[in-house]
Amino acid sequence: MGMTIEKVRSVADLARIELTAEEEQRITEALQAVLKQTEALKQVNTEQVEPTIYVRPLQNVFREDEVQEGLVMEEVLANAPETENGCFKVPRIL
Amino acid sequence: MATAYEAVIGLEVHVELKTNTKIFCSCTTEFGGDPNTHVCPGCLGFPGTLPVMNKKAVEYAVRAGLALNCAINPYSRFDRKNYFYPDLPTAYQISQYFHPICKEGYVEIELGGKKKKIRINRIHLEEDAGKLLHSGSSITSSQYSMADYNRASVPLIEIVSEPDMRSPEEARAYLEKLRAILEYTGVSDVKMEQGSLRCDANISLRPVGSTEFGTKTEIKNMNSFRSLQRALEYEIDRQQDVLEEGGTIIQETRGWDEEKGITSSMRSKEEATDYRYFPDPNLPPIVLDPAWIKTIKASLPELPDARKERLVKECGLSEYDAGIITSSRSLAEFFDRTVVLFNEPKTVANWMMGEYLRLLNAEGLEVSESKVTPEKLAALLKLQADGKISGKMAKVVFEELFNTGKEPETIVKEKGMVQISDTGALEEIVMKVLAANPQSVADYQAGKEKAIGFLVGQVMKETKGQANPGIVNQLLKKKLSE
Amino acid sequence: MSSLLGLTAHQLQGLLEKKELSCAELVKAHLAKIEESDGEIKAFTRVTREAALEQAQAMDAQRSRGEGLAPLAGIPMALSDNLCTKGIVTTCSSRMLENFRPPYNATVVEKLQEAAAVLLGKCNLDEFGLGDSTESSAFFPTRNPHDLQASAGGACGGAAAAVAAQEVVFALGSDAGGSVRQPAAFCGVIGLKPTYGLVSGYGLIAAGSSLDQVGCFTRDFTDGALVLESICGADVQDSNSVSSPHTDFTKHLVNDVKGLKIGLPKEYIEGVAPKVKTAYEQAVAKLEELGAVCEELSLPHTKYALPCYEIVLAAEASSNLARYDGVRYGLRVEAEDVESMYNKTRGQGFGEEAKKQILFGTYVLSAQQYQDYYLKALKVRTLIKQELEQALEKYDCLLTPTTPTVAFNLAGKGKNHHGRGGVQTHGLTCPASLAGLPAVSFPFGKAQGRPIGLQLIGRAFGEGMLLRVGYTLEQNTDLTQLSPAVKGER
Repeated sequence: MGMTIEKVRSVADLARIELTAEEEQRITEALQAVLKQTEALKQVNTEQVEPTIYVRPLQNVFREDEVQEGLVMEEVLANAPETENGCFKVPRIL
Repeated sequence: MATAYEAVIGLEVHVELKTNTKIFCSCTTEFGGDPNTHVCPGCLGFPGTLPVMNKKAVEYAVRAGLALNCAINPYSRFDRKNYFYPDLPTAYQISQYFHPICKEGYVEIELGGKKKKIRINRIHLEEDAGKLLHSGSSITSSQYSMADYNRASVPLIEIVSEPDMRSPEEARAYLEKLRAILEYTGVSDVKMEQGSLRCDANISLRPVGSTEFGTKTEIKNMNSFRSLQRALEYEIDRQQDVLEEGGTIIQETRGWDEEKGITSSMRSKEEATDYRYFPDPNLPPIVLDPAWIKTIKASLPELPDARKERLVKECGLSEYDAGIITSSRSLAEFFDRTVVLFNEPKTVANWMMGEYLRLLNAEGLEVSESKVTPEKLAALLKLQADGKISGKMAKVVFEELFNTGKEPETIVKEKGMVQISDTGALEEIVMKVLAANPQSVADYQAGKEKAIGFLVGQVMKETKGQANPGIVNQLLKKKLSE
Repeated sequence: MSSLLGLTAHQLQGLLEKKELSCAELVKAHLAKIEESDGEIKAFTRVTREAALEQAQAMDAQRSRGEGLAPLAGIPMALSDNLCTKGIVTTCSSRMLENFRPPYNATVVEKLQEAAAVLLGKCNLDEFGLGDSTESSAFFPTRNPHDLQASAGGACGGAAAAVAAQEVVFALGSDAGGSVRQPAAFCGVIGLKPTYGLVSGYGLIAAGSSLDQVGCFTRDFTDGALVLESICGADVQDSNSVSSPHTDFTKHLVNDVKGLKIGLPKEYIEGVAPKVKTAYEQAVAKLEELGAVCEELSLPHTKYALPCYEIVLAAEASSNLARYDGVRYGLRVEAEDVESMYNKTRGQGFGEEAKKQILFGTYVLSAQQYQDYYLKALKVRTLIKQELEQALEKYDCLLTPTTPTVAFNLAGKGKNHHGRGGVQTHGLTCPASLAGLPAVSFPFGKAQGRPIGLQLIGRAFGEGMLLRVGYTLEQNTDLTQLSPAVKGER
């Protein structure tokens, strides 16, 4: 079950992160260590235990359906790497 | 011997909810607008922003669920569906994967007089993505694309059916019925052409009699009821050909090409994407108060099936007419309001089924966009019932009314279309016509009763159609028997 | 002038009110201090000098008209660089956001503006808050003002160091598992992490959404109460924020712990360095002397907190950091097609620690691993939370060391501390984060010239109790006040 370089490549593909060969190696080793540490959790009996998703017991936090002004065009695009006609430009989609 | 196959079809229908604001931020949901003018840091996925749930979207989802006979889950929550695409600002779509808001509903369809229940597996709430504009004619032939996030985070419900449909006609009937019910509830515009109603289909074939499912394909890009039906018909033929040649169906996503009339593979890579669903900690769960659900249920309007039944039973309409009139809420309301003003339901129905729908369809208009109001139609029908205009005139008046929205009475006056019911004036013309057509008179008197029709026509011609045909008929019979 | 620098907000407020000091003088003194020491310490990623001077002058004008007397008015402060500031570059110490100017302020930034505090700059942190030493910052590690060889801690080491080095009076950071408390302990200042939801997280670029909470670094408990009062409160832009009925924190600054029951969870002492343990025992003795009842108890799930935390944090971070795709803001590395652009942008924009965390998070959320890792961690989280909550039904608060050791050494240029196993130094701080409970780290003496930090953990929305116990210790020992010792130790 440990971490392998193939698994690291596969998650890097899912996460859209290009890794150098050295990074693949180092990260594989680092994650092997992290995974080993998490092995401890397997000792814990969690039958009948509900997962904690929300740390405080809130529910039904709603907003009324009222329109508020958004950003002006200048602010929308100010940080964009590349724009055209008010849109965010992206290279060819395969 | 060739195997007979049957199709197994399920639909996934996305419906944009007609809220004022987006699902997780306060930007307007208005359709259109210049690119990126209906956006804020939240729906642009800027760092540090957080989603806050729109109460109206929850209400509309419950409303839709109740109208589609669903059970409302007392507990529902939001999950993140993680994937990268330029139209998805946070690189995850907030959706309900583990605990959807509604489950286990159904829609009843009717084909060839046979009723059938199509089950709904679930309805969940989610956010829409933005739109991509392409530099070229298609996505793959484009050098680059441009992202507009006006639509990003508009609330959607996804209605997932069970694989209960067995033919393209059933799929179409289901989608049409779904559209009608949702239009009645007022939760969406349900316009396929504007994308507020979108449909993907899962389809597989299996030998008739088999209870196992075959390998399915998912069909996308169907932009109308007609294209849904055509795409499924094509796909059935395609799959059948593959199977008959001994091939196997590949589980894949296929796009419908409306122009070419074919489906083609969209995703060659066959491993399914791992979306890494997990609950979104930024949005506390929804725990619905039964009292609120009750209030929403009580506010539901009369739905198409109930309405149709009422029109058949109480108004004496045919199943067919009642079905058409109740296929949209606006049409059904138009009918009801007209009948209140002119209490001859069948006449109203005939006019709606005839002239009204013909002109609406010809012009591509919605009921709400038409200049004809129930008041004006009722006024027109009254003029005809009172004998002030003939049926023929009424059609002319209606067309004018449809085009201009003028009051029927005004049109009648402007066109000088007053029906001649004055016996004295008509008698003269009748005498003139009898004198000019001795052959027809002779025929009639020899027992050819049909000849009277010709004579009526002649009188109408003389009066430029303004004579009251009933009175002309009476007068003719009287003179001929003298 | 230098005498100004050690003062707290409430002390300075007195001088400002009496007009013995102007805002401009105060801000200039701190800017001068930054100029003098930050070349070495490197607490700041950006100093907003001009805006600060401008604001200080405006404040003085207001004061001369009798306005601007809010508790924090005119007080120089800094923000961790993962808090969004409108128009001011907010980097998260990442190449990815090196030039990102948010078009909005974090809610806490708005609140501090209302309180008229003066922003002097943005502080260094581990990239996107992922780390415990600031060594994963894309720019530089922050040095510990008490010992330049030592790390200032992390993630929010810059903000802690800025307060410790007297470059600002207080600072805000974020704490997902100890990122305020651990650097506060390392740097010898107070680091308060409130109850999850007490302070709005809108505009905080969080790594772990269910964990991260904005917290503050101050020089004493009174300032902690003042800052917390200014930044807390429900926010319509954060669904998890709540309005607590107990927000008059300064009222809890009472010099009295008589009869309070303080729990001492024994698992938190296991493996702790002897000098830290000695300091801890001293604090216990002091509290008992002051009339508190201290009792040992056992929290057996404590040892599972760190692996549990690492899984939850990495999972949430992998999703939260997915938005950096080179489309709307931030770095883009050009490529022929969009997929290559994503891969190159994210490959080059993130540092190795962030990549490691993202990949680990992606792994534990993948369909095959979800049950065994992510879901398992959420269930263990329940047990840890229940255990702490049950203990806090019996005790008014818990006392523990903040970290097992004093600040570790910086690994040196071009290196980082991967060999140390990632975020291990958050082992004693992450349980309170997993449970969403408030906790505060405060200095309690030094070992080898490096500060020792102790931690109080309280009930949900029980910040007042933590302030009371801390304040009492502060009033009755001189161990909680550490003089900064940068000069002369170079």
